[in-house]
This record gives sequence, C-alpha cells and structure tokens, in this order.
Amino acid sequence: MKFAIEVKGLRKSFGDQQVLRGVDIAVPEGQIYALLGPNGAGKTTHIIILTTLVAADGGSARIAGYDVAAESGKVKQSISLTGQFAAVDEMLTAEENLQMMCRLSGMKSAEAKRRTAELLRQFDLTDAARKRVKTYSGGMRRRVDLAISLVASRPVLFLDEPTTGLDTVSRRALWDIIERLKASGMTIFLTTQYLEEADQLADRIGVINGGRLVAEGTPTELKARIGGEVIELTNEREQWSRTLATTGSAQDIGRILNGLAASLPPDTQVTIRRPSMDDVFIALTHQPSEVSVS
Amino acid sequence: MNKSLSPLAPPSYAATNAVFIRRSLTLSLRNTESLMMSIILPVMLMLLFTYVCGGAIAPGGDYANYVVPGIILLCAGYGAATTAVDVSTDMANGIIDRIRTMPIRSLFVVTGHVAASLARNLVASGVVIAVALLVGFRPNGSFVEWLAALGVIVLFILTLTWLYAAIGLVAGSPSAASGYGFILLFLPYLSSAFVPIDTMPHWLRGVASHQPITPLIETIRGLLLGTPIGDHAWIGAAWCAGLIAIALVWCGFAFKKRAGRR
Repeated sequence: MKFAIEVKGLRKSFGDQQVLRGVDIAVPEGQIYALLGPNGAGKTTHIIILTTLVAADGGSARIAGYDVAAESGKVKQSISLTGQFAAVDEMLTAEENLQMMCRLSGMKSAEAKRRTAELLRQFDLTDAARKRVKTYSGGMRRRVDLAISLVASRPVLFLDEPTTGLDTVSRRALWDIIERLKASGMTIFLTTQYLEEADQLADRIGVINGGRLVAEGTPTELKARIGGEVIELTNEREQWSRTLATTGSAQDIGRILNGLAASLPPDTQVTIRRPSMDDVFIALTHQPSEVSVS
Repeated sequence: MNKSLSPLAPPSYAATNAVFIRRSLTLSLRNTESLMMSIILPVMLMLLFTYVCGGAIAPGGDYANYVVPGIILLCAGYGAATTAVDVSTDMANGIIDRIRTMPIRSLFVVTGHVAASLARNLVASGVVIAVALLVGFRPNGSFVEWLAALGVIVLFILTLTWLYAAIGLVAGSPSAASGYGFILLFLPYLSSAFVPIDTMPHWLRGVASHQPITPLIETIRGLLLGTPIGDHAWIGAAWCAGLIAIALVWCGFAFKKRAGRR
C-alpha cells in the first residue's frame, strides 16, 4: 500500500510545553484520516508541521513520499491547506480571490478564469461571485476557502477543523464536498473536535490527547473497543444522564441494572444502544467531550 | 498517484510579484476611508502650517515655499505608515499560512504592499504639490530638476515603506504596528522641514542635522527652489540606500521568524 502521509515519532515543544510527544500516523493514498481531539491536544500543531509551516523537534514526516523538512519545495507542490481561520481577502470578491490563487499556482490568465468559473460552480458560489467576501455568511466563507485550496488540484489536502463554528446545514454541505473530493482521488487529513464528523467522514480516526495518539482505527473498530452495547440511564426530572459499557449479553446487562436499581430514583429511564463516538471518546481520553452530558 | 492531479509549474518571481502588487493595489483602492485620509491629512497639514503657523514663523509670507518640500516628505511618512498595518494584518490572519504552503516565494506578499504604498504616496504627493501651487508655492525648477526631485521622493517613500514593512512584521498585532509607526513620524519635526536648524536649541541641532530627512528636504528645496544643495544629495541618498538595505535584511529575518511563530 502506498502512503500519502507517513508520520513517525513526531515531537514538538513550544517553550517548555510539550505539544506532540511522539506520534505515528500512516494514511494510505485516497483515504480520509481524521485527527480527533479536544482543544489543545496538538491537532493544529500536526497540521502546521505537515504543511511545512513549522519544523518538528524530532521524528519525521513524509508527504507524497517527500520529507517535510528536507524537501519542503516538493511537499508544497503536493499539498493544499485550509486552515482554521478563513484565509481569504475579505475586501476582494470570491472570484478575485480564486483568480489570484490560480495565478499564484502558475496558471495563465485564461486558464485561471476557466478554473475559477469551474470552482465557483462546483461550490455553488456563482451568484455571489462578484460580491465582496466580507458580505458572506460563515458557511459561504468556508466554501470560498475550501475552493481556494483546490485551485491547483494537489493530491493531499489538509483541513484544520473545517466545520468549526458552522451551522448544521452548512456542515452537511461541507461534508458532501469533502466526500466528493475523496471520490476524486484526493487524500484528506482533517482535524476535528466533533466525533460525529470523524465518524461520518473518516476511513481511519486517530484520537489525540495531550500530544499522544491514545487510540487509532476505523470508526467501527474504535466503537468496538468499548464493548458491545451501552446502557444509558437518564433522569429527565433531575436532568442527568449516565452511560455504562457492557458486553451486550443479557446476563451482563441484568447484573449491572440489578446492582443499580435500588440506588436509582424511581423515574430513571434505561436505553440500551450501540456505542457512539462520544462514548469512545470519553472512555479513551477520560474527559468529557463537549457533546456529552454529565 | 492519481494522474489527473499533475502539479503545475510554480509561477515566476515576476508573475508572483505582479499578483501581489495587484492584490495590494486593489485592497488600497477598496479601503476608501484610509485612502482618503492618506491624501486629505497631508493637505490639511500643509494648509495648517502655511496659514496657522506660517505668519508667526515667516512673517514675510514666504513660508509656503519653505515648508512644501517638508510636507511632501511628511505626507509620504503618513502614507507609508499604513504599510505596517497592512503587513501586520496579513501576518495575523490565515492568509500568510496558505501562501507559505504554496511553492512560491511568500515574502513577495510584502513587496506587494510596498509597491501599493509607493503608488498611494505618489498620488498623495501629487495632490499636495497641486494644492501647494494654489496657496503660494512658487518653484523654479526645470523639468530635469523636477524629475530628480521625483526620484528623491520615490527613494524616500521606498525607504520609509520598507522600514514600516519590517515594523509590521515584528509587531504583535495590527494595532501595535500602527502604534510603533508613530515613532518614525516624529523624524520630520526634528529636521529642517518646518524651521531652519539654526533656530533650534544647540543640543538639538546635532540630531536635526544628522538624520536622513534634513539632507533629503534640502535636496528637494535645492532642486525645486534653487537653494544650494551641496553635499545634501549624496548624504541623503546614502542614508536611504543604507536604511533600505537594513530594512530588507530585517524584513527577511522577521518574516522567517514571524511566520514560524505560533
């Protein structure tokens, strides 16, 4: 199998704060890899090292076969980046932003115009193409941003928290676009704090916490790691909920519920379901994600 | 690797610069308020000095002739200061990160701002000179002398703009960049721009004589009004060349350091 991204023993400190403590990741060509973790886990640090913006302190990283430190020029010709904050000129229109990036990617004027029109259509921005970006909604800005990073058709795409701050509709629209990009053969490395997003998009997920990869696998594998089923106890009147892992066998579930029944308030409801990525996340990082309720 | 995703050859340095210059010019034109200020402010200053202070400084009424060369340089200073803010703004948002992950010379984004500053300032200088002619500026320079004066103005604008670009790269934020920029704006006041140096207190004369603005102003005065130039032209040019060299090296280092900072 050929790997588009190979990371070995990556380490990085900022001052005396160790941000990455030896991370190994391998992403085969044409796959989506999601790096999942809470704020401050080292997700963005990964992105900036892999995109040549910052040098690592130790370990190695290869993109499309090129070393990010020694062959940064070749790496830059193989990647594009959509950072956490929209990197577009707000005083320019979407069309101008796109044309500028086409020219910077080495296209001649006619080619730049053609590619711009194509991307505007593809990202549903044709109507707003001649309005300044500062008048756009958050979702539209993200689309312009993503369109810009696709002007030159690089084989590896980095997306740093692509849907943070977007509403549900815009998020779904962006997911569709990311899936279409994968279908076109791109390798995509994305970071996210949303378990649902990783679950939905990624072929493999790495869970990062405190600068270490605490778990890695396909969404199904990760879910399997915390057992067959989850018992969820909710009490609407007292407004709390609790999840408990179980093998899923009748005996195990019966044993757990029998042990608890006496201590639970009378109106507590029980649900038995497949574990969600939330459950996996909590189990692996021992810290509640923002979606969970304590 | 997917064959349809063949990489394009990166653009030439000239093409990259052209793109960034066009970007900065467009941004300057769209930032209407800032553009208006960079023209109106110097004109206001000139009118202020000519009409409010002029009577006291030169009761003969010839102050316009004396002060216009200084105002032209002062106006270039104000206009160039915007460069620090523009550069700093680019460094603060995600645009610079994207540009740095592209196979191009990313420092050229700064060149774009410098070129735009030159264009803005030349327009502002033109307006200042036009208004100056209306309020009593009576230059007697030949066409060649005017061209030479234009050369001095261009050199001065470039010097200040590169210095401001470096300030923009080292400043922590756009508003800090704007604050630091004010320091350079004091230089014209400590020169022969507004009053002859021999009217200043003794200790200040040394400062006023040995700074780049005085020789540049005396050169422009000489070219446009026929006052003696002497060594001022060479001293002024040497100041500018030295400062531009320092600013370029500073920009190079600051850009590397700044862009890698998190």
